Amino acid sequence: MGQFGIGQPVRRKEDVRLLTGKGRYTDDVHLEDQQWAVFVRSPHANAKILSIDTSAALESPGVTHVLTGADLRDGGVKPISADMNFTSREGKPMFKPERRIMPVDFARYMGEPLVLVLAESLEEAKAAAELVALDFEELPCVTATARAAEPDAPVIYSEHGSNVSVHWENRAPDEIDAIIAAAPHKVTVDLVNNRLIVAPMEPRCAVAAYDPADDRITLWSPTQGVRPAQASFAQLLGIPKEKLRVISDDVGGGFGIRSKRYPETAAVAFAARKTGRPVKWRGDRSETFVSDHHGRDQVNHCVMGLDANGRILALRLETIVNVGAYCGDNGPRLPIDGGGRIIPTGYDIEKFYFSVKPVYTNTVPTDTYRGAGRPEANYIMERLMDAAAQECGLTRDEIRRRNLIPLSKLPYRTQMNFVYDSGDFVGVMEETLKAADWDGFQARRAESEKRGLLRGIGIASFVEQAGGRPTEEMRVKLGADGAATVFAGTFSHGQGHETVYAQMVNDYLGVPFERIKFVQGDTDTTPPGGVGTFGSRSSMMGGVAVRRSCGQIILKGKRIAAHLMQANAEDVIFEEGLFRVGVSSVTIEEVARAAADPSKLPEGEKPGLDESNLFEREADLMNFPNGCHIVEVEVDPELGTVQIVKYTAVDDCGVVLNPLLVHGQVYGGVAQGIGQALTEDAVYDESGQLLTGSFMDYGMPRAHHFSHIEAHFDETQPCKTNEIGVKGAGEAGACGAPPAFVSAVCDALKPYGVKHIDMPLTPERVWRAIHSAKPRAA
Amino acid sequence: MNITLTVNGQSIARDVEPNVLLADFLRDHLRLTGTHVGCDTTQCGCCIVHLDGKAVKSCTIFAVQADGSSVLTIEGLAAPDGTLHPVQAAFREHHGLQCGFCTPGMVMMGADIVRRIPGADEQTVRHELEGNICRCTGYQGIVEAIVDAASQGARS
Repeated sequence: MGQFGIGQPVRRKEDVRLLTGKGRYTDDVHLEDQQWAVFVRSPHANAKILSIDTSAALESPGVTHVLTGADLRDGGVKPISADMNFTSREGKPMFKPERRIMPVDFARYMGEPLVLVLAESLEEAKAAAELVALDFEELPCVTATARAAEPDAPVIYSEHGSNVSVHWENRAPDEIDAIIAAAPHKVTVDLVNNRLIVAPMEPRCAVAAYDPADDRITLWSPTQGVRPAQASFAQLLGIPKEKLRVISDDVGGGFGIRSKRYPETAAVAFAARKTGRPVKWRGDRSETFVSDHHGRDQVNHCVMGLDANGRILALRLETIVNVGAYCGDNGPRLPIDGGGRIIPTGYDIEKFYFSVKPVYTNTVPTDTYRGAGRPEANYIMERLMDAAAQECGLTRDEIRRRNLIPLSKLPYRTQMNFVYDSGDFVGVMEETLKAADWDGFQARRAESEKRGLLRGIGIASFVEQAGGRPTEEMRVKLGADGAATVFAGTFSHGQGHETVYAQMVNDYLGVPFERIKFVQGDTDTTPPGGVGTFGSRSSMMGGVAVRRSCGQIILKGKRIAAHLMQANAEDVIFEEGLFRVGVSSVTIEEVARAAADPSKLPEGEKPGLDESNLFEREADLMNFPNGCHIVEVEVDPELGTVQIVKYTAVDDCGVVLNPLLVHGQVYGGVAQGIGQALTEDAVYDESGQLLTGSFMDYGMPRAHHFSHIEAHFDETQPCKTNEIGVKGAGEAGACGAPPAFVSAVCDALKPYGVKHIDMPLTPERVWRAIHSAKPRAA
Repeated sequence: MNITLTVNGQSIARDVEPNVLLADFLRDHLRLTGTHVGCDTTQCGCCIVHLDGKAVKSCTIFAVQADGSSVLTIEGLAAPDGTLHPVQAAFREHHGLQCGFCTPGMVMMGADIVRRIPGADEQTVRHELEGNICRCTGYQGIVEAIVDAASQGARS
């Protein structure tokens, strides 16, 4: 409805505030009487802690308190334990080491927080932190993913006897192996899914204050949802959740890692209560590099058998995932029943074997990062499809055409027990091929060649899953003045929810767009069933709950309107902000005013138009965004540099609520995917030191790494599992971009016989691939 | 050390330690928290302000070096009546921001580019943004916004 309704490219409500410096991020919180916190961290990757001497630090000027893990433990702080239990096929349970908040016995990764120093100023806290004397016995360490799984690797947790947490398998491999062995065509690819540093632009920080009168802690922290943070940090602190208020105002990017528990946050909250004074911790970028959870970090061994026509017969996948020193909230889950469950993505494959070994290493834990297992899954499938095309003598589009699940087979139940409700995978690919002028590529290649550049084109067809946790609560309230307020259980940290939910309420209730307010990010006002924003879930989970809340308002509004018009509620029609019976009508504004006045209400009706909806979905009824991305690159063979020259994306995100914002999600996802494929790599050396410890050493993608992205939506297949037809949009780009980009570079290097280069495709790696390959045919 | 400077048109006199960075002076001493700090290696550009009309990374100079200078921060960029600067307006129009954390630095850098290079094209803007990192937008809306604002500058 109208220019502010669903489907319109409405400019964001949040922008003027953020463009004029009026955003309020956690580090902007300044409390009178606050103490500054600095963490002393382990300099070693694996070490026995022999002693911790804080006496000199305590005497340093300005220091108020120095806390160790013993203080936290004695104060009732619990270890972080992950809520997952995978077992091997033989029923052996997974091993999960205890993760103490500031351990006192062993430090298991470089950067692990061990001591918390509090002082009157940040400078004083930093100076005193230098005086904390820690004595260690260094132990052998392991950091590399594949190495950690080898039988002779140093074992971190001797009580378990291996770094492998569990060997999970979906089935026995024998039948699959037999099919592959007998298949006319067989391809094998070995992949490294490089470890990434997520680096939202706002460094992690926390501020906490304790109110003795209420015996309540208030914690300001960048999260992706305050309700889960409240529950989990209260549990860690050993207090009822009512005794912890969590506030997230503006948050400078999340990408998954903000939704997880961190020891520093719990320590800051504990310290505020213990010392009776507010505590502020401002993580700097170097700290966030070593202590924020990292992303990805898998190695995959993949084998596929195909028939003579290039149809896939069976697939065998073996993944080792580096989960870091401890079991993160989602770490080992990601390749298994997290994102990994989307395998074999959009392909019609009935027979496959899938094995995952999560391994512990002396690195910071890895966890959810944009896509959370789906980019890895799609990368596996797309690299296999490119290899299969070559093996079978088919083009890369044709091998996909022959194996993608056709529209006629939908709804389609995958071997991992998802039901794809909608999605025209072949149609979307054909659309993309056309939009990218796939057929005209040879002319462009010839033109690049004249300039001494190698041009390549790459394709990726992907499917991901969105929706995340199956419940969400949203509340919509109409005031007596007719203005609306949305109280969100989801949590916008850049996605633009203030705008999108207002578009929905404008559409459903006819309340003017500018009269719709938005409240989120404070456990004092967030609906109790609120969950948050991750897993591309807000459009579906928050959206449906908003729609249903509005529906409840309309139902009640009809009863009130009927009373006002002396009619039957069943006869009242609601349309475009008007309640109508025959020729009589009242506006929603009038109904809202009446709702606040008990004398105008039908008997037994409670005052107010204030409705909350807890939307509960069947857990597996997620939605399945999909798409096809095509990339063209130019490679300079002298330098090994790769420049993206053309990027075409067609995404099926179902019904598009605001094309401006959904495009923004696609561009952002693509950029993080290209970052992984082109520039980013988190590298630990053999002694467990993070070599890529700042933006100087870690390849964050910049504006010049990209070209204009031409993005389209395919809206022909609305989602059938939610009444607004939406599919998630946030993570699709990160699934499509890496395989499409690698496909393009390998295509450019085809004359050299290069079949695969592991990410990131830095100039050095590309140059080496060219120069170690066979000389170019004359 | 005693310093006197103009910040967003207001004269400010303060006593500061010589090791206080301009970014921390603005944020912690003046509570102008619109200027953000996103790194500690002068890479990200979140902290860009204008010092005597030129874009500088305020994390990389000391407050005392700004003694006698005029500083413009994101809080002072729009007109006093609230009318957005053309670069701010273009960021909104082209969806050049998501989480908003890099935005103050991007906008201040954009305003600098537009002033120096009227009519700047896409490639120029991408090159000029070498010192600014954004993790949300893929830069597309940012580049479009600055090119648009630069074209308005070229026309006027």
